[in-house]
Amino acid sequence: MPSLTPSDYDAIRLSLKVALTALVVSLPFGIAAAYLLSFREFRGKALYEVIFNLPLTLPPVVIGYLLLLLLGRKGWLGQLLESAGIQVIFTWKAAVIASAVVGFPLLVRSIRIGMETIDQQLIQAARSLGASRFDTLCTVILPLSARSILAGSSLMFARSLGEFGATIIVAGNIPGVTQTIPLAIYDYVSSPGGEPLALSLCLISVFITVVVLFLHEGLSGKLARRS
Amino acid sequence: MELTMKVEKRLGAFSLHADLAISGERVGIFGTSGSGKSTLVTLLAGLQHPDRGEIVLDGECLYSSSKRIDVSPQRRRIAVVFQQPCLFPHLSVKNNLLYGARRCKPEHRKIDYHHLIEVLGLGDLLIRGVNNLSGGEKQRVALGRAVLANPRLLLMDEPLSALDDRLRFQIIPYLKSVSEQFGIPYLFISHSLVEMRLMAEQVLVVAGGKVVEQTDAEELARSRMGISPVGYINLLRLANPRRVGHLYAYPWGDGEFVLSAGNDQPEALFELSSKDIILFKKHPEATSARNLLKCTVLSTFGSGSRVGIVLSCGEGRLVAEVVEPAIDELGLTAGSEVYAAIKASAFRRMG
Repeated sequence: MPSLTPSDYDAIRLSLKVALTALVVSLPFGIAAAYLLSFREFRGKALYEVIFNLPLTLPPVVIGYLLLLLLGRKGWLGQLLESAGIQVIFTWKAAVIASAVVGFPLLVRSIRIGMETIDQQLIQAARSLGASRFDTLCTVILPLSARSILAGSSLMFARSLGEFGATIIVAGNIPGVTQTIPLAIYDYVSSPGGEPLALSLCLISVFITVVVLFLHEGLSGKLARRS
Repeated sequence: MELTMKVEKRLGAFSLHADLAISGERVGIFGTSGSGKSTLVTLLAGLQHPDRGEIVLDGECLYSSSKRIDVSPQRRRIAVVFQQPCLFPHLSVKNNLLYGARRCKPEHRKIDYHHLIEVLGLGDLLIRGVNNLSGGEKQRVALGRAVLANPRLLLMDEPLSALDDRLRFQIIPYLKSVSEQFGIPYLFISHSLVEMRLMAEQVLVVAGGKVVEQTDAEELARSRMGISPVGYINLLRLANPRRVGHLYAYPWGDGEFVLSAGNDQPEALFELSSKDIILFKKHPEATSARNLLKCTVLSTFGSGSRVGIVLSCGEGRLVAEVVEPAIDELGLTAGSEVYAAIKASAFRRMG
């Protein structure tokens, strides 16, 4: 097996950084979205459900292109960010946004499954014992959906590691800047004689995913025993 | 506790129109399942919103659609004990107990944790996990948790329904004693007439989403005698048993009851149906029934096609039932003397 090149190490580092940042940024929003969809009734709920799930069904390339339109120099958000001196497109931040958007529905769905299995009367009991909505969320709902939050996080993290279509459009494929593992593999495969290098990155990819899954199983088992 | 509720709530095909005003410390809400009892509870606790109306508890308006008042559940200080214990599975027994106490304002704190543990006999449960408790133990913890929240009113929504008979009657003394010892009034919701009589003084009868009757527990039991397949249930708290062969003799009224369901406990609660009491005008020569008591008729009351006969035997009171023709044949009027025959096996021990 050929050894890894310095740019491969960059790609690995960047992949982990992007996936982790996307998860950390998305988690509070994911929990909030899952809570609202599980426990609250509001106008336009069905519309929000569709919007949240859209990235799950749309091709990632389409998501990438829509993000490009939104965040590009002519996009309204892009213009706003540029006037504040923030450049997003073709930076690692764009890769984070792409991963976050594509992985968000997986995160919300997993957390929701956990939240919806919580007995409503436990929540009612907490409220009648003097806990506010937010207090109930922190002391009853979140601890009881910890396993599903963990499952959603693992799923989203793994999905972010594999994100390709949206990232290549909105962040490009710049070695050392926005080139994550899948993009590097794509580069190797499309250049002559690059297969062995592609294979070693594939093995690294498998290794990281296996570690994530084992970590998930271990933590999940621990949480199950605790309850 | 003084409660007035005038609320409307529509839930699919069911609609609740409750209009009630009641004051008392131990109030029951009686009705069959689907009558709207639990909806009433959730509206009062603020866990659901009425479509319109007003709820006033002890002079404080908790909800008013016209004045746009809606006090949140956590500020109502109405603790609920549900049919299921609803203990938080991720917390220890102690943290479950203290969940409400920790959220209670200092000025409302009046219940001592250690005293409550003692009253409810929870000491041994504290070190055990919530999931390692029996159904009755869980319900005791749930009750303790509700009381420790220092509520101004306890709502008990069928708290005994999920328990078997033995446990049910073991829990009842706890339910009553916490209310008495800590001075917390309660609303007790149940479809069981026996539970109503053991727990409540005044009773609101709910049917079809409306309060149809406001009465006391004894009156309710008498009025239901005619339609109940088990008749009127005499609840007898008997003490100091004496063994008589395979049977037990308990002092009662002027004499004693001999029964087969006794045990060696110093005190026990028994039920005896009005249907299991046979009345004789004169002392029969011989009878297989082990109990033959000389009684005086105190009063009679009609209930459906049957007539209830209230008998007195010293301090003891019993309700027997007969059909109309028997009244004339035996000449049963207030003051007349009769002999009541009861089989030893007719008594059923509760709990």
